[in-house]
Amino acid sequence: MEFTLLIVALPLLLFFVLGLGGSRMQPRVAGIIGTLGMGTAAALSYAAAIRYFFAEGKVEGVFREIIPYSVEWLRFTDKLHIDLGILLDPISVMMLVVITTVSLMVHLYSLGYMRGERGFQRYYALLSLFSFSMLGLVVATNIFQMYIFWELVGVSSYSLIGFYYAKPSAVSASKKAFIVTRFADLGFLIGILVLSYYTGTFDFAALNGDKAQLVVSHTAGASFMGISIASWAMALIFMGGAGKSAMFPLHIWLPDAMEGPTPVSALIHAATMVVAGVFLVARLFPVYYFAAPDVLTMIGYVGAFTALFAAVIAITQTDIKRVLAFSTISQIAYMMVALGVSGYGDHEGLGYMASMFHLFTHAFFKALLFLGAGSVIHAVHSNEMGDMGNLRKYMPITHITFLIACLSIAGIPPFSGFFSKDEILAASLHHDKLLFFVLWVVAGLTAFYMFRLYFNIFWGKAKTYDGHHRPHESPLVMSLPLMLLALLSCGAGFTAFSQLVSSNGAPFHTHIEWEVAALGVAVALLGIALATKLYMRGGELPTLIAAAMGRFYRAALRKFYMDELWLFVTRKVIFRFISTPIARFDRRVIDGSMDGVGWVATRLAAAVKPFQNGKVQWYAFVFVLGAAAVAIWALCL
Amino acid sequence: MNILSFFVIVPLAMLLLLFAVRNVAQIRTIMVVGASALVGLAAVLAVVFLQQRAASPEAMLLVADTVWYPSLNIHYAVGVDGISVLMLALAAIIVFTGVFSSWNMPREYFMWYCLLSIGVFGFFISIDLFTMFLFYEVALIPMYLLIGVWGTGRKEYSAMKLTLMLMAGSAFLLVGILGIYFTTGGSSMNMLELAKAHIPILHQYWIFPATFLGFGVLGALFPFHTWSPDGHASAPTAVSMLHAGVLMKLGGYGCFRVAISLMPEAAHELAWIFLILTGISVVYGALSAVVQTDLKYINAYSSVSHCGLVLFAILMLNQTAMTGAVMQMLSHGLMTALFFALIGLIYGRTHTRDIREMGGLMKIMPFASVCYVIAGLASLGLPGLSGFVAEMTVFVGAFQHSDTFHRVLTIAATCSIVATAVYILRTIGKILYGPVHNEHHLHLTDATWYERVSAVGLIIFITLMGMFPSVVSDIISQSLEPIIARLM
Repeated sequence: MEFTLLIVALPLLLFFVLGLGGSRMQPRVAGIIGTLGMGTAAALSYAAAIRYFFAEGKVEGVFREIIPYSVEWLRFTDKLHIDLGILLDPISVMMLVVITTVSLMVHLYSLGYMRGERGFQRYYALLSLFSFSMLGLVVATNIFQMYIFWELVGVSSYSLIGFYYAKPSAVSASKKAFIVTRFADLGFLIGILVLSYYTGTFDFAALNGDKAQLVVSHTAGASFMGISIASWAMALIFMGGAGKSAMFPLHIWLPDAMEGPTPVSALIHAATMVVAGVFLVARLFPVYYFAAPDVLTMIGYVGAFTALFAAVIAITQTDIKRVLAFSTISQIAYMMVALGVSGYGDHEGLGYMASMFHLFTHAFFKALLFLGAGSVIHAVHSNEMGDMGNLRKYMPITHITFLIACLSIAGIPPFSGFFSKDEILAASLHHDKLLFFVLWVVAGLTAFYMFRLYFNIFWGKAKTYDGHHRPHESPLVMSLPLMLLALLSCGAGFTAFSQLVSSNGAPFHTHIEWEVAALGVAVALLGIALATKLYMRGGELPTLIAAAMGRFYRAALRKFYMDELWLFVTRKVIFRFISTPIARFDRRVIDGSMDGVGWVATRLAAAVKPFQNGKVQWYAFVFVLGAAAVAIWALCL
Repeated sequence: MNILSFFVIVPLAMLLLLFAVRNVAQIRTIMVVGASALVGLAAVLAVVFLQQRAASPEAMLLVADTVWYPSLNIHYAVGVDGISVLMLALAAIIVFTGVFSSWNMPREYFMWYCLLSIGVFGFFISIDLFTMFLFYEVALIPMYLLIGVWGTGRKEYSAMKLTLMLMAGSAFLLVGILGIYFTTGGSSMNMLELAKAHIPILHQYWIFPATFLGFGVLGALFPFHTWSPDGHASAPTAVSMLHAGVLMKLGGYGCFRVAISLMPEAAHELAWIFLILTGISVVYGALSAVVQTDLKYINAYSSVSHCGLVLFAILMLNQTAMTGAVMQMLSHGLMTALFFALIGLIYGRTHTRDIREMGGLMKIMPFASVCYVIAGLASLGLPGLSGFVAEMTVFVGAFQHSDTFHRVLTIAATCSIVATAVYILRTIGKILYGPVHNEHHLHLTDATWYERVSAVGLIIFITLMGMFPSVVSDIISQSLEPIIARLM
């Protein structure tokens, strides 16, 4: 399986080629080189997946970890060293497939979407950098390698959100994304430091192995503020995951990140980077489950709250990309809940499997939704729902594929979202009724806001577009990825996922629990029905309802004032109440005291200066006076 | 003749040759050839050093010792270990790139520049305390003139302040050095000899703080760092580069070479005081940088934070953290030189350093802007660039300390990475991105070829160190072994 190194190395090579030589290439050439390179990486990933799942991965019926490549990169101490390597196990192989597929689709789509943009080559170079970082992250053999690529992912996301760097909103959005996730990463880093201090290793295999025995035994008895050290470490590490995966209250960067080009949102802020947090928890799942079960419970509740919170906001938003952004937050939170309610081993680990399954299906339909939205934005030159409507007549392919994605995310069988969502609902029902109830409500809300979006774009008022701005279907290079992703959204659910991915590597059988499925589909249909009633033909009803909701509606529309809170913390607290006083203290007090020393010295010099006035009489006088003083002193003795 | 002495002879020869020439082309030829020779010399030294080290287990290699003033036991003694080799290489790189960043400067400027280089190189090759002190002073004096004559803004005030504060530091240092000399019997100033002799604990208690403080002032130790913002703000480009890039490293290097290695017991006992001060430096410098509006002030406070981390790591007194400290010196030296080179470039065109008066430079000078972004990313610790490996080695090393106090301080120090991200992104967002702020900036030109040489040269080393850190870290940690053995 050594060839898997190429999957990671190829995008890096592309980054250097396009980054250094891109400006000397025709934009088209750069785009095609990038796309072909990504296509090769995707093909290699499929080969790796087939070989892993069906040939080499399984030993005695259990999927094992394969490390085809590993080198020591930087040695800290005898025990602690950063290795760079490739770890193949069911989840990393699954992620390789997801990342390269979506990335390839986005590369292809961008050939059309970004055509004629200034900095087209830079765009493709950054896409390659992102793909490299994300691939390196999922195949990490140790937690520090993951942290390295975690940071790289953050920077590529920063550069792509701020791709339109002349636009102030894009610049501030990119800055916000980076700083919020950096803050979360601080937790991640401290978590790594604590964990490695006690266990003496960064290695995932050592940490997870043997039911996380290493962590349990090395942290036994140690606690801080009444909470065990293991829980502290794992909670801090989760903080890093919560930042990337936009869990409340660190989700604030994701809606703003929609300032980036739409294909970027599809790749980074829907399908791949934002699930890194889920992946991180899954990667360390045995440690969470055996050493820090309280943190796992917390993850479940944080996830449930975020899912509900984001879904409520999504209902009110009018910018189509923001609706999708909040929907992403809500769906990722779904995956987090699934991990939170999961047990370990075989059917106990249903939540774990469901979480990864949802990650898998969500990647395709959410990427499809974003690319569809991009196609719409491309046609009408606006993000606002108010400027759309009735587009099904103009953009048939976009319309049909978008509908498939909506049905999929709403959880309507036989589309892929149904299968994964059903497993999550089933897993949570067996673990915690409250969480199940919240997720069930969110399922209804999801169906409602997605179809609100769908009807507002493609149906609604009989809007007329004047000749010049008449929307048209996107070119084939953009609609082809839509169709392929639609195909995946239909088919991905039929994967026998529990045969491939499970918490302990051992395949197990799942079956659809019909009661849960019926409840889930019922609430989804209810949501869709309501949306149909309200939005299919347009009308005044939604406005009236919004008015009736009054303050609650306005709060949700303003995203529950989280952005205002962010501004308050950054502008007021950090800028005005911490940094400004410190800077002033430095100038006035610290530097002032140094100047003060200088001032005192000058004054002292001025005071003794008259003694050296050049008058011989004066010197003689002082000399005599001194001699007399010495004489008197000698006499007195 | 010992290869190490060439590090002093080459700049001296450059200085003398400058007296003989008048026209610009000749001056530039001398400087470029000389600076290239220094880089070449550093490369040769690295090879020779690695060969010799493979053969001999001595702590210091290439040792040479000449009696200079017998009655006071003053020797010209040189020798290097892996750490000094790397510092020499750093100094050579920055002197080289600095020449290209001061392309249009007059002859007299370059003369002082050469003298400054003599001081810097001489300091790193010395193993005799007196020689070391002598070169230290040689490095400080030219700074006064370089800033006072060729600086900008309140240059006389800044030059005076910088010189006086550093001189005050060196007074402490002199007292400390004399203390070391007399308490060990007054027979030698050679550090190899001194390391064998034992300084009585009682005396260590005052000598350690004196030397640490003396060098610490140059390493921007809180609260004696205030010369740095004013000094950097007024200094001409290449002087800022050399000062922040190399001269501030003299402080860290001296603390480690003299204060810690000669007085290990006192270091163990008194480290906590300085740990608190350096811990403050790290966070406080970063937070102060957040609200600055002058590019050079931002970078100066950032240097306070980054250099604070150097001293912080040295004081952790374990091999990993100290390795990190030296890596941080190299990394900070390279990236801060890059920053100052670019700030000089931008200032030379826009005639302002106020970030509120600039905007959208990415569109106007893409090359310089991309370099600035790279410098920024290195500074905020992007993996693949030098800052990340240095900081992580420091943090991981410091956190291995068995004492809870040290680990808590380490966590406090890690918080600086967020503040760093804030001020770097704020600066980049304001000056490079967004719409063009000032219409007069629209016709500005991008970097010229000599400015590109300077920036690209530094970026190459930043990237190499970031991608292949183990090359550097192995050399350092191996050289640390004798010192660590004494500390244990």
